[in-house]
Amino acid sequence: MQAGIVLFPGTNRERDMALALQRATGRRPAMLWHRDTALPPGTDLVVLPGGFSYGDYLRCGAMAAQSPIMRAVADFAGRGGHVLGVCNGFQMLTEAGLLPGALLRNATLRFLSMDCHMRVERADTPYTGRFQRGAVFRATMAHGDGNYFADEATLDRLEGEGLVALRYATPAGEVTAAANRNGSARNIAGILSPNLRVLGLMPHPENQVDPQIDGTDGLPLFESLAEALAAA
Amino acid sequence: MSIDPPAPTSAGPSTGPSTGAGRPTPTLLAPDRARQLAGEYGLKPDEYDRVLAILGREPSLTELGIFSVMWSEHCSYKSSRVWLRELPTRAPWVIQGPGENAGVIDIGDGLAAVFKMESHNHPSFIEPYQGAATGVGGILRDVFTMGARPIANLNALRFGMPDAPRMKQVIDGVVRGIGGYGNCVGVPTVGGEVNFHPRYNGNPLVNAMTVGIARADRIFTAAATGIGNPVVYVGSKTGRDGIHGATMASTEFSADSEEKRPTVQIGDPFAEKLLIEACLELMATDAIVAIQDMGAAGLTSSSVEMAGKGGMGIELVLDHVPQREAGMTAYEMMLSESQERMLMILKPGREAVAKAIFTKWELDFAVIGHLTDTGRIVLRHQGRLEADIPLAPLESEAPLYRRPTAETPRQPVIEAGAVADPVGIGPALARLVGSLDLCSRRWIWDQYDSMVGGQTAKRPGAADAAIVRVEESLEQGGARALAMTTDCTPRYCLADPEEGGKQAVAEAWRNITATGGLPLAITDNMNFGNPEKPEIMGQFAAAVRGMAAACTALDFPVVSGNVSLYNETEGRGILPTPAIGGVGVLDDVAQAVGLALPPGLDLVLIGETRGWLGQSLWLREIAGREEGAPPPVDLAAERRNGDFVRSQIRQGRVAACHDAADGGLLVAVAEMAMASGTGATLATPPPGLPAHAFWFGEDQARYVLAVADAAPLLADAAAAGVPAMRLGRSGGRDLVLPGGETLPVAALAAAHEATLPALMRDQG
Repeated sequence: MQAGIVLFPGTNRERDMALALQRATGRRPAMLWHRDTALPPGTDLVVLPGGFSYGDYLRCGAMAAQSPIMRAVADFAGRGGHVLGVCNGFQMLTEAGLLPGALLRNATLRFLSMDCHMRVERADTPYTGRFQRGAVFRATMAHGDGNYFADEATLDRLEGEGLVALRYATPAGEVTAAANRNGSARNIAGILSPNLRVLGLMPHPENQVDPQIDGTDGLPLFESLAEALAAA
Repeated sequence: MSIDPPAPTSAGPSTGPSTGAGRPTPTLLAPDRARQLAGEYGLKPDEYDRVLAILGREPSLTELGIFSVMWSEHCSYKSSRVWLRELPTRAPWVIQGPGENAGVIDIGDGLAAVFKMESHNHPSFIEPYQGAATGVGGILRDVFTMGARPIANLNALRFGMPDAPRMKQVIDGVVRGIGGYGNCVGVPTVGGEVNFHPRYNGNPLVNAMTVGIARADRIFTAAATGIGNPVVYVGSKTGRDGIHGATMASTEFSADSEEKRPTVQIGDPFAEKLLIEACLELMATDAIVAIQDMGAAGLTSSSVEMAGKGGMGIELVLDHVPQREAGMTAYEMMLSESQERMLMILKPGREAVAKAIFTKWELDFAVIGHLTDTGRIVLRHQGRLEADIPLAPLESEAPLYRRPTAETPRQPVIEAGAVADPVGIGPALARLVGSLDLCSRRWIWDQYDSMVGGQTAKRPGAADAAIVRVEESLEQGGARALAMTTDCTPRYCLADPEEGGKQAVAEAWRNITATGGLPLAITDNMNFGNPEKPEIMGQFAAAVRGMAAACTALDFPVVSGNVSLYNETEGRGILPTPAIGGVGVLDDVAQAVGLALPPGLDLVLIGETRGWLGQSLWLREIAGREEGAPPPVDLAAERRNGDFVRSQIRQGRVAACHDAADGGLLVAVAEMAMASGTGATLATPPPGLPAHAFWFGEDQARYVLAVADAAPLLADAAAAGVPAMRLGRSGGRDLVLPGGETLPVAALAAAHEATLPALMRDQG
């Protein structure tokens, strides 16, 4: 698997992501620069990592979504490439129109840094193959604007087409309001593109990949990707 | 007051060609006006006389500004330096002690930890969000300017009572500010401490600490060398914000402090993030001779200190300074405390390499001058000479005061048997775990990203010290980690500053030890009141004495620090608060233990329990008395007990460990239980002490360990001469007290967690 992580000014979780991908694939991902206009040949996964691109001084992800490299990323996704956007990367994907909806200010109006649990809504995607459907895993969340919003018709379409990948849940897998700290519509933590190859999610599975640090709850997501892309 | 060294006489300064017949002079202030302004800028009359003697003439406005900030308490440490010299600063593992931007210690594998703590007290009261945010930004720069990538932020906060005027807004703003800055720059905020006390009602304390990692052979310093080498300005543009901030930080507050709001700087963590990346990228080349951040007193202190340390002169053309606003004067540019700026000396011919890196990161880059051999700082602006000051006397003749001190009167020792228990053990515990100084800090740390970087092994609340693995060690196939903590118990320091100073150092050492870490060195942040009052200076001197004794006994030297004086509002001072930031190392992160109590284990208490109730939280919260001598710190016992605990942890025999500190033994056990939800059944204490003194006394040098079997541990302890006793066994969901009183852990945890969210609910 040949992964590339895009660095924007203000990106800050690129090293976490690189460690996670390296652990799952055994290969160090390439670091790509926001001003690049093309992806390295052979790239089969692009990751838009977490951080505060452009300080999040405008709408989160809005500036980064206009970066030169995002045109190449959109073309890549259009050709069926795999794109993973985490946190600020998810915000960029919605700003760039690669995923529907928007991420609003957390319902608490505060930055939320804590563990959350997510229920895997389908296991037949490149990102979730190593999970069982309905499985629950723990991840760090760390964001001020993670409150997923879309109009009712869009939400219904996402649900109807099975594009909701992950939902905030209790450790036992119940989808409750209390488990939905940022106030996301229908507890949505992550969504997929119709071809299941673009995933955006707010929490950080890359922070739970190492038994020495904080457990390996997030590792199956990266192992799933490695498996899917090795087979591809 | 005695002055040391003696003030220069009217014969003029001893060094430097100050009057320099024929030297061009800038536009000078009129004598009366200059003296009046000097007073307004905080220079005392005798200090201003020294300025005149050094220059041999009146100063220009810019020169007066430079003297006043460089000689402010904040920059010159004029009241504290004579005492700080007593602190031990050396050890075989110390690479850089006090005097640089941050301290540096060897942590093995060719790596170094670079760290410092610094206060932003005054700005944080005036404008809490920006004051706290820029405090974080400033301390980050102190660390990465030395070539280190910041890997952890910590803080030490003291707030007034939440019902005091404005205090909830201050708490909310400070927490948001620390989070807003640290979260954005992507450095995890992994630890800290918070106290509440009415003596901070008008003067909260915000102390921020950063720890970074560098290669031990790639440490950058500030000493400028090389005549003709370019002086380069990088980072954000200079604006009019923060002018005279260092002077503000050197005076007491009064009712008009609101009017000082324009002296608080505005932080831009995005620019800081770019600056970190650009500086570290440039540092990987060989272009840099010296580098320093523009912190307090901005361009003035950075240029003066860099040239001064290298024994050079420096000449700047201020027209080249990147400016945010039109029409800025030389005075404004030199005194601005605009954030996210650095000054560097480059090797000749490396400007293009450096500029390309800063342009890539979309930051300003400007050559604003060069080094000279004159030993003077010369400033030009719009073709005019604005300042011409000899550097040596600016530093060597800076005021240095050995101010009068008055000893704090000794408090009586409160005998354990002399205080009746008004409520019983269970109810007291339930109240204590929800009290302001002991309640859960989750509301705070839930707003700080503690995980970014992917190396945080023990996050806030998980262990006595935060544990962060060193990524550079991982890359070498290792798993080395740092253990970090901030500590101080100000109520002890007020009652007995010397014991309090000892205790602050000892507790930092203990907290690192309780994780299995080997404590290596500290940074200190000395927060005190008005040093011109003998009782305050006496507190300072005694605290330093106690700290020095503890540092020596525990091999825990001071490698960096910061002093914040004049923490008074309307003449009322804060509690003396020598906050300690400790750093230790674990050879393998897998050795680290936390405090969460697993089921089915024996609980063992290490250390002697005398039932010391003086200055305990039980005495204050339950008996309503804030008095008595604080618990004495027996440094030999501290060392012996701690070394024993660490060796047990490193042998893999300890499943959880927590020091017994604030609130005493039962609070320590309850904190372990609440962290996991597991209960414990406690044994009957040995006879001789009232139960409340045994369970809530705050004797020092104690740890609670959870181990599979107490017997071999007790045998080892006896062999090592370490007091130890079996305290009970973990299991179930309740804390079962001797005699059968049962406290559900969930109920304790609910009380523990409820306090701060309830208080802060109305802050949105």
